[in-house]
Amino acid sequence: MSDETNGAGERFAIGISFGNSSSSIARINPEGKAEVIANEEGDRQIPSILSYIGGEQYHGTQAKAQLIRNSENTVAYFRDYLGKDFKSIDPTPCHNSAHPIQTDSTVAFSIRDTESETPNTVTVSEITTRHLLRLKQSASDYLGKEVNAAVITVPTDFNDAQREALTAAAKAAGLDVLQLIHEPVAAALAYDARPEATVTDKLTVVADLGGTRSDAAVIASRGGMYTILATAHDYELGGSSLDQIVIDHFAKEFIKKHKTDPRENARGLAKLKMEGEATRKALSLGTNATLSIESLADGIDYGSTINRTRYELLSNKVFAQFTGLIEQVIKKAELDVLDIDEVIFSGGVSHTPKIAQIARSIFPEKTQILAPSTLTSAINPSELSARGAAIQASLIQEFETEDIEQSIHPMVTATPHLNKAIGVEFTSGDAVEFLPLLNTQTALPARRVAQYNVPAEGGDVFIRVCEGSREIKVTKPEPKAKEEKPKTEDDEDDSDFDSDDEEEEIREVVWKTEQPIAELAVKGVKAKGKVELMIHINADLGLQITAREVGGQSAVRGAVESP
Amino acid sequence: MSSAQVIDVTLPALPAGWAADKDFKAVGKLSAATQRNLEPVGPHFLAHARRKRHHRTFSEDERIQAQQNVKKTEEDENDEISEDEDPMMLQRDAKDWKSQDHYAVLGLSKHRWRATPDMVKRAHRKKVLRHHPDKKAALGDRDENDSFFKCIQKATEVLSDPVKRRQFDSVDEAADVEPPSKKASQKSPQSFFKLWRPVFESEARFSKIQPVPQLGDENSTFEEVNNFYNFWYNFDSWRTFEYLDEDVPDDNENRDQKRHVEKKNANARRKRKTEDTARLRHLVDDCAALDERIKNFRKAARAGKDKKRLEKEAEAKRIAEEKEKARLEEEQRKKDAEEAAKADREKAKKAKEAAKNAAKKNKRVLKGSVKDVNYFAESGEPSAAQVDSVLTDVDLINAKIDNEELASLAERLTAAGKDAAAVKNVYTEEIKRLVAAGKAKEGEVKFFN
Repeated sequence: MSDETNGAGERFAIGISFGNSSSSIARINPEGKAEVIANEEGDRQIPSILSYIGGEQYHGTQAKAQLIRNSENTVAYFRDYLGKDFKSIDPTPCHNSAHPIQTDSTVAFSIRDTESETPNTVTVSEITTRHLLRLKQSASDYLGKEVNAAVITVPTDFNDAQREALTAAAKAAGLDVLQLIHEPVAAALAYDARPEATVTDKLTVVADLGGTRSDAAVIASRGGMYTILATAHDYELGGSSLDQIVIDHFAKEFIKKHKTDPRENARGLAKLKMEGEATRKALSLGTNATLSIESLADGIDYGSTINRTRYELLSNKVFAQFTGLIEQVIKKAELDVLDIDEVIFSGGVSHTPKIAQIARSIFPEKTQILAPSTLTSAINPSELSARGAAIQASLIQEFETEDIEQSIHPMVTATPHLNKAIGVEFTSGDAVEFLPLLNTQTALPARRVAQYNVPAEGGDVFIRVCEGSREIKVTKPEPKAKEEKPKTEDDEDDSDFDSDDEEEEIREVVWKTEQPIAELAVKGVKAKGKVELMIHINADLGLQITAREVGGQSAVRGAVESP
Repeated sequence: MSSAQVIDVTLPALPAGWAADKDFKAVGKLSAATQRNLEPVGPHFLAHARRKRHHRTFSEDERIQAQQNVKKTEEDENDEISEDEDPMMLQRDAKDWKSQDHYAVLGLSKHRWRATPDMVKRAHRKKVLRHHPDKKAALGDRDENDSFFKCIQKATEVLSDPVKRRQFDSVDEAADVEPPSKKASQKSPQSFFKLWRPVFESEARFSKIQPVPQLGDENSTFEEVNNFYNFWYNFDSWRTFEYLDEDVPDDNENRDQKRHVEKKNANARRKRKTEDTARLRHLVDDCAALDERIKNFRKAARAGKDKKRLEKEAEAKRIAEEKEKARLEEEQRKKDAEEAAKADREKAKKAKEAAKNAAKKNKRVLKGSVKDVNYFAESGEPSAAQVDSVLTDVDLINAKIDNEELASLAERLTAAGKDAAAVKNVYTEEIKRLVAAGKAKEGEVKFFN
């Protein structure tokens, strides 16, 4: 019948990206596209800040404005404190807001959240619950339906205690956490769920450049399934590092004119931070940005402009840190920039054009840099993880809770991954060529089908299925003979660095056959025909190989036993 | 996943001399794999999880998924249209729409008031696709009769308007379930519930309060049954009878006639409503009268009261009986005790006499014994003084000794016989013993020293 009102159907799920500095909520709109929801104030990136004045709660942008006047009753940057003990947290980001304190085994804030004058101790879990409650309220108001479930994104380094604390906090806010997914994977999913996207095997670097911390991850995407190969984190690098540069620049200018340092005054610093951040964001869009602050220090109004070139010059070092993080994670995954097919820039700082441009220069031509300044069709980097979460939420909201639990159980997720690529070797004359069909890090069991041309005149063809490995071939374009000199990766990086001012060397990926697996013959193929090859690999590394002429009847079948 | 990627390279020709069984030769094995964690995200992962959890292969999973999709669409196609159309119904004229069964026209006669608005909508679409006049024309049906199509339109008009639908549902007799006869419902304990349940289920559709309490079964508690009947005796019905109204003439000419008809309709409605309320009351009465559970509860209540009374009586009786028994027992005991005392007395008397006799006899033995040894005279006749002293001593012993000792002494004396020394010895020993026992004083005896 039409009305299916079983337990799972009544669930209404959204995607939530819960960040240190800002959070986003997203849903799948009726057209089936992921869409980030604006809150009552029209913000799509809702600052993860709560502020209290006279017992009244402010949230988002309104709370952020309170950082200047009411900083001790304003809680900000609390996401990373969730589920941790006081000893292991870094309280620096909270310098200009309510300070974290220790209560029992958890972190708390001492704030006046009621009308009484005495401050209350509110744990970080309680703060998170209140924050999520506001997000839920905004989503419910926008959609006109009570939201009761969510998929929430978490960084890859979130441990079990943090996950549990987040789930409990969400539960207290009336949100059933269907699943916690990793931020970089959510970003990859947001791109792969676009209707124009096709399922291809690729290696993706997701650079999540946030407000107070930056993370990078290498993800192998094989047949639409994701495996994280390596992650790197920098807990001090983020938008605030860039803000600091802008703040310092203007502060110096102010000192030059008025002989006082606005940074010495807490309120002046807060104002400068607030406006500096806005100016820095404006520089991602325009080439010029103004900053004007009333009564910055000693009652002096201040106004100035900065252009993008100046800003980029000042921030060069920090930009290099961002790209350094990307290079670091690639190295950690034991890969080379040439292996990377896609770089996804996520997080607010990814709007900065220069960072994407630097990345563009690091990676080869074929690598797609998915950032607003390099690709016009790029998705807003601030919205990526929320969108990914919403996509996942729409996929699993119909499932029973037990089904979800079973599906994300390690029994299902832990799978063998191919160590070496498997493909077909082509010999034409002396030249031996290897074309991979199943790439390394493909999760097993796997199946791939490919069609190959046959020689123009048709006849019998020969297929040789091999294991192969990729090597980086470095060619120096010397006027004389091309000398091939394979090197290890470390050497290459060094030589890459050295040869900057010398002539550029050409580095490319070449595939080499390592070991033959099976040989097949397809006989009597028509001229201009095609041969279809299907390789199926079991979880125990056994293979079934089938080859047949496209449109033909008979097929050559065979199995290779598991080692 | 199953779609093949087309790779634009040319496969080499078969090298000369290569041959293998079935054209396939395995020449190597894969190198070891690494265990890694997949990210549980995205549609392809969910497909993977499905395969892994149900142990399906790629092709199996594809087939099962495909079958599931096919099934869904088929169900959509089939559900309502499966009802056969009565040829008589197809001949109906749309003018007398009031008497037509709208649900049957749309093929929803199985669902009736249970049909959702969405079902009505879909059923209408299906029927229109089949009976649209253009379709008929295309099939070469010459007559321009689109009356059934109009019937469909009218049925949809009624059923898709919530107000009109309620009015029709109110008088939809086909949805009513006739209450069962007394005989049928008393056939077996189960048949009452089996026959009455659908009656209340159909009546429940008129309730303003939903959900309606269920009839329950023979195991229902008193509260449940009580609640059920209370609900039905205070039934709040939305049933209306506008549908049966006479048509009000809408010409402006005859206002009186119009008012008259309106008044008549209002009265008829009121009357029907009263009748309906009475009917329902009657129905619930009938049901309650046949309900074995009510009788059982009453019986149980009465049995509860009786039980208390009976228990009290039984208790009193038991106490009286116990008292009587105790009294009788006491009497018996007294009697027995008396008898026993009497017997004891007699027995003691006899024993005493016997003892006396024995003592006499023993005393005689004692005296005889001294006499037999001639009062210990050495020779000749004993002197009177010796006889006297010996007899005094024997008497003294007799006085001091008790019966048992006397018996043993007599025995020993008998054993000693007529040997004067032995007899004297026995006496001397006896005296010594008596002295030792403190019964006689030394020196009291004169002869046996």
